Amino acid sequence: MSPSANWRLNMNKRGQTTAMGVSELVEGYPVVSAPFGHALVAAGERNEKILGLTADLGKYTDILPFAEVFPERFFNVGMAEQNLIGIAAGLARTGFIPFCTTYCVFATRRAYDFIAIGCALSRTNVKIIAGLPGLTTGYGGTHQGIEDLALMRAIPNLTVIDPCDATEIAQATAAIAEFDGPVYMRLLRARVPVVLDPATYRFKIGKARLLRDGTEIVLLSTGLMTQRTLEAAIELASQGVSAAVLHVSTLKPFDRETVLSLLEKVPNVVVAENHATTGGLASAVADAAVDAGLPLRMKRIGIPDEFCECGSLPHLAQRYKMDTPSIVAAANAVLGRRRFSLAPVT
Amino acid sequence: MIETHPPHPTLPLDIPQLRRIAQKLRRHMLTMAAGKGQGYIGQGLGVADIMAALYFHEMKYDPHNPAWEDRDRFILSTGHYSIALWAALVEIGVLPEDELTQYGADGSRLEMSTLDATPGVEMTGGSLGHGLGQGVGMALGLRLAKKISRVFVELSDGELQEGSTWEAAMAAAHFKLDHLVAIIDCNGIQADGPMVLNMEPIAEKWRAFGWRTNEIDGNDITQIVGALHAARSATGQPNAIVARTVPGKGVPCIERCEKAHFLNLTHIDWNVAQRELEAQHE
Repeated sequence: MSPSANWRLNMNKRGQTTAMGVSELVEGYPVVSAPFGHALVAAGERNEKILGLTADLGKYTDILPFAEVFPERFFNVGMAEQNLIGIAAGLARTGFIPFCTTYCVFATRRAYDFIAIGCALSRTNVKIIAGLPGLTTGYGGTHQGIEDLALMRAIPNLTVIDPCDATEIAQATAAIAEFDGPVYMRLLRARVPVVLDPATYRFKIGKARLLRDGTEIVLLSTGLMTQRTLEAAIELASQGVSAAVLHVSTLKPFDRETVLSLLEKVPNVVVAENHATTGGLASAVADAAVDAGLPLRMKRIGIPDEFCECGSLPHLAQRYKMDTPSIVAAANAVLGRRRFSLAPVT
Repeated sequence: MIETHPPHPTLPLDIPQLRRIAQKLRRHMLTMAAGKGQGYIGQGLGVADIMAALYFHEMKYDPHNPAWEDRDRFILSTGHYSIALWAALVEIGVLPEDELTQYGADGSRLEMSTLDATPGVEMTGGSLGHGLGQGVGMALGLRLAKKISRVFVELSDGELQEGSTWEAAMAAAHFKLDHLVAIIDCNGIQADGPMVLNMEPIAEKWRAFGWRTNEIDGNDITQIVGALHAARSATGQPNAIVARTVPGKGVPCIERCEKAHFLNLTHIDWNVAQRELEAQHE
């Protein structure tokens, strides 16, 4: 699916922070409304053990479609994230499959011990669905989940997923409902773009997917950044550079085999993630490459080691060099093609 | 006895029998602690009477099938009280008695702090403030599954300082979990010694959170059984039993130890301790 020029126009437009609950439309893509909520309803129809829980963020985490269809299987526990996870672990111990929603920051910062002990150590079948990953909100450091993947990756037994778009959210929701074990999944909410073709894309837990083949550089990305690496690959092609796009939506377990087999053939890589550049995907790639003795030329696109500003999403993407032109520039820098760089890359 | 209570798979014991069981649990605990020179024997001895009443009178439980899905659940939120749980699980027949001396040994299932891999353990305790939340989840789950099983959660007075306990207390009242019973072991000690943060009035706090609350002497079997019976008839409200216990109860040389969370017992003569325990019961 090719992006339109509108998308880039939007990225260049100076905006302002949008209110919570208003989704900033990524122009140029079709959208699906609340893909998680609708996929959860479908999973709930297949399996009566599936429950929905939230901590006073039902409206903002797309779980209300489930609450409307299955009111007796939905619990709002109020603003209490430790208890959200604790109750979910208890429900799982009686045979249910609770899906709990909150924001990344609240799930991981506030309820870390409850996820580690109540879910991961005991392998209870709890699914944590966390909204506002990375720079998908303009509310600044309190709301932007910039280090959640690092925190969750560090916990044994936990499966960690960062989906790209509406297609993947729907498929991943169905997959984790079938999977027996604790899962942390980032949520893209409200009007979510469709980037991956639902007719051909197949999500599998723990499996990286080659979305575009290429011979000179690998754009390796997770979450919504795969929207932008696909854009960047098209731009690079127009500049005469053959770029592969490898989408790694499961951060843990990490698909080392697929990643390494591609990087052995093409050891030039830009890793892009909607997350801090340490502790997330780039760290996983670097760890795997070092352990395998694989020399890489690599640049990281992601959030620097700082709390981010408030502001509109296009502004934030540009400010932190996470937009498509920055990925193109990083790729050219890795390849030593400085004259093609559109923006300085550090 | 209230007739609506589901039949117990084992015979509910009467008060004199429960006193003898509590004595046996204390014997098991001394066997575990003897020679260790350390441990949570103080807390364990303090809740022996509660454990006896739960496992041998109140709970619907099949020791031959500790995973029986219709069982009542007992959550030991204070995982470091494991010595009391191992004693109860040995006495009821879930764990073999000859494992007692393995308490805390490398590779043993009888850990100093509970892990849920050991049969009969409903939850990994130890990180305080987890038990009541998971108990609320279990109680909700059992109600959804249309089970008549109940959930008993032990927690401690020190643990009330964890905010998550009160998050769970709010939720239990909101969801009207009348088949949930919290037993708060108030022994007056926490990790740094006697209560470092005053939690009183404890019973009033639970009442204010919407719990039907009973305050008892947690070392008096008659009062424990009475409070558990009263909890059976609650409707629309969860139950709190505020149990005042004496750390080391039943063994004077341990009762006299400094009121500490983790007892240094190197000076204890375990033969004396055992003689004291037997003498107390006479």
